[in-house]
Amino acid sequence: MTPPSIDHPKADGLHMLNVSHAFGDHTVVSGVSVFVKPGELVCLLGPSGCGKTTLLRLAAGLEELQIGRITIGEETVADGHGGRQLPPEKRNVGLMFQDFALFPHLTVFENVVFGLSENDTARRAWVRDTLSTMGLEEYSGAFPHVLSGGQQQRVALLRALAPAPRVLLLDEPFSGLDVNRRAQIRQDTFQILSRAGIATLMVTHDPEEAMFMADRILVMQNGRIVQSGTPVEIYFHPETAFVAELFGPVNRLPGRVTNGVLETPLGRFPGNGLAEGSEVSVLIRPEALSLSVPGPDGGAPDASVLTVQSARSLGRSSHLALTLDGGGDGQMLNARMPGVFLPDQGSRVLARVAPENILIFPREDN
Amino acid sequence: MPHPAAVADRPFARFLPARLFPDRWGFATLAVALFVATPLIAVATIALTPAPEIWRHLYNTVLFGYIERTMMLIAGIGLGTLLIGTGTAWLVTMCRFPGRGLFNWALVLPLAVPTYILAFVFTDQLEYAGAVQGALREMFGWRNRQDYWFPEIRSMGGAITVMTLVLYPYVYLLARAAFLEQSVCVLEVSRTLGKNAWQSFWHVALPLARPAIVVGMTLAMMEALNDFGTVDFFGVRTFTAGIYDVWLNMDNISGAAQLASVLMVFVVVLVVLERMARRGQRYHHTSTKIQALPSYRLTGARAALAVVFCALPILLGFVLPASVLVSYAVVFFDVTLKANYLTITLNSISLSLGAAVIAAAIGLVLAYGLRMGAGPLPRAAVRFASIGYAVPGAVLAIGVIVPMAGLDNAIDGFSERVFGVSTGLLFSGTVIAILYGYLARFLALSFGTVEAGLGKVSRNMDGAARTLGASPIQTMARVHFPLVRTSLVTAGLLVFVDCMKELPITIILRPFGYDTLATFVFQYASDELFEESALGALTIVAAGLIPVIILSLTTLRSRPGHAGGDRA
Repeated sequence: MTPPSIDHPKADGLHMLNVSHAFGDHTVVSGVSVFVKPGELVCLLGPSGCGKTTLLRLAAGLEELQIGRITIGEETVADGHGGRQLPPEKRNVGLMFQDFALFPHLTVFENVVFGLSENDTARRAWVRDTLSTMGLEEYSGAFPHVLSGGQQQRVALLRALAPAPRVLLLDEPFSGLDVNRRAQIRQDTFQILSRAGIATLMVTHDPEEAMFMADRILVMQNGRIVQSGTPVEIYFHPETAFVAELFGPVNRLPGRVTNGVLETPLGRFPGNGLAEGSEVSVLIRPEALSLSVPGPDGGAPDASVLTVQSARSLGRSSHLALTLDGGGDGQMLNARMPGVFLPDQGSRVLARVAPENILIFPREDN
Repeated sequence: MPHPAAVADRPFARFLPARLFPDRWGFATLAVALFVATPLIAVATIALTPAPEIWRHLYNTVLFGYIERTMMLIAGIGLGTLLIGTGTAWLVTMCRFPGRGLFNWALVLPLAVPTYILAFVFTDQLEYAGAVQGALREMFGWRNRQDYWFPEIRSMGGAITVMTLVLYPYVYLLARAAFLEQSVCVLEVSRTLGKNAWQSFWHVALPLARPAIVVGMTLAMMEALNDFGTVDFFGVRTFTAGIYDVWLNMDNISGAAQLASVLMVFVVVLVVLERMARRGQRYHHTSTKIQALPSYRLTGARAALAVVFCALPILLGFVLPASVLVSYAVVFFDVTLKANYLTITLNSISLSLGAAVIAAAIGLVLAYGLRMGAGPLPRAAVRFASIGYAVPGAVLAIGVIVPMAGLDNAIDGFSERVFGVSTGLLFSGTVIAILYGYLARFLALSFGTVEAGLGKVSRNMDGAARTLGASPIQTMARVHFPLVRTSLVTAGLLVFVDCMKELPITIILRPFGYDTLATFVFQYASDELFEESALGALTIVAAGLIPVIILSLTTLRSRPGHAGGDRA
């Protein structure tokens, strides 16, 4: 699909400063600051109920700001403590909802031009062009309910972009879609947005989606931002176990620093300045466990010996469940090896972990 | 970097600016709901006020007879509607036989005929002087009552038969919808596990449809409790007839009120049953996958039986009364016109139209109030106010008259004291009282319809409209109104038709000498002049046909491709 040419005259950033919000006694956002530069896509990532959608609704003006300040470009659109609250219709932001919220009584075209004035011929022409580049031309007179989920998503996105908003807000833009179609639609959306060059704040609970779409990811937990960084930083250098575990189950092992060396059931690692005698949690992703079948002479000094409990092929990779021989209290470890690696159940394998692939956190950070 | 939960920030909730808008809606919702619920509250208050004298009297005289007959009546109607409603629903959804497509929608038709009108028609045809017995006498040469036995239509059995014939569509519609919603898969599983079609019906389809069938039965039984015309005309002394009798003939309003409070026990039981069944319905959805339903082809005697089983209720519940009414209406056209037919029709229409507009408006306010986030108190008040649909008209009439008389007396007393002028009764015995009664009974109908319509507008649609530049007023005009308009008209229409048919509230609350079509027909039938009011009865049935036709159309559309399946 050719990305439509979307030219946005206004290139404004979104700035949310020190925002806090509560519903009754229940605090959902506390002291969060978000900055989205013009042309940047920032993703709020976190489990449901962490306050990310509330932030989006605050930016749109659908919730009244209680504490903090929100500016778009140079203009303050909301000020906490009873200050200015620009109503949503005056903010010129585009918001796309998780359920798309298309108007069922309006046709596709009428939906898209809902936010345009009658005599805005330029934008109307743009809408017509874009509908045809998106392959939706033949549906412009149809009602939303006859469209597929992917088509509805594109209509909703287009409707949000039609009035040339200063800022675009996306609430779980792909979660309403069929899993099989999601990757393609994500790709299309990404192209549309990069062409639009608009400051975009997106909310999702799916880490893969966040990594694919975002220039920067803000990880949220319990109403606070716990880490901010590029997708690579977030994945490879998580600052807390919570962030590390966002991307799927990890192996968690106890570790102890003795004589400057970190000792774990999977071997010894450099202590890297950890306090002598400190107890830590060591997190190892399943793909960081490098497995091999032992040679005829048995073990190897730098590797641990594990017993295979099960080995299943997932096509692209193989999933193994393993137990530690001696020590580890029979703890189950998960490993993921590329390609086909299917040793017999009950056989022994050797495991190595590169020191840069272990994630160390204080023990109490459970 | 662990952190304690953001407990410290909690106090700022207190510094929220006062949000007047939702509060105003909440207040309006509460006030309107309480206004509509006042008759219910009045009856409940009377029920809870000790009145040992009256009770002793009722206990020694009529109470147990009323209880026994009322129970017998609703049990009989429950059973009858269960049999006819479920049986016909199963046949038209699952079997193929000649005429199925016709029966599919025609089985709803009897709903257009009010119970009392069918009672008048049946009596007219089946009594000693009626067409049927006359023909039998002619045929067999019998000369008088002693020569043969014929069932007495003016009896408990007659009342059950008559009401079953017009109330079974409640069960039919709900059972039919339940059968259609059932996944074919469960029926197919049952077949692969060794059950034949008949066993599958008993062991799978019927249990799955049970909650829907129970809802239909309770609705039919509520209507039966509400009926006044039939039981009065047939001389079956049930509670509803008793309330009317004790009040208007014995002029004992507290006695009537106490009877009403006992009748409320029946109502509460039915409402609880209905709510429980509705809750149960949620767990009986088997799958969203809908395929073409299997159709068991019936042939020979079985097909003939199916045709008879489906045709009889339609013939007796609709075709017979409609044709009798048409023929009488033609013959007695001039007589009816002279009996002030036009004025009375105008009365009916303007009264029903007024009630429809008010009910739709109030339904809209309540539905909007709940949507704007009204608190638990207004919410509960709205739920309470919408119980009115289950409460018999005679009970509501008492609930209207008691507070209204109180208000009238208060105003009169005040005026007398302050201005030295007596105002007399301002509201009691006026059309306003009837409207109030209609509103209390039919509000649930309009509220439910509007609420369902408003439910189609998701909150995110509001948000989408706002972020696209529409102000709250524009959002209402461009999004809410177009989406709710149809439901609003439907709500008004449903209330209009039910008011056209309404008898017990009207007959108790009407001003002296004021007639609607329903009271006119009832009066004439009671005076053995039914033929001469047939045009009036026909008008009521014609009005009743409007929602039935709408229902039939939606029934046809409810499952694309299915209705046409019998043509294969």
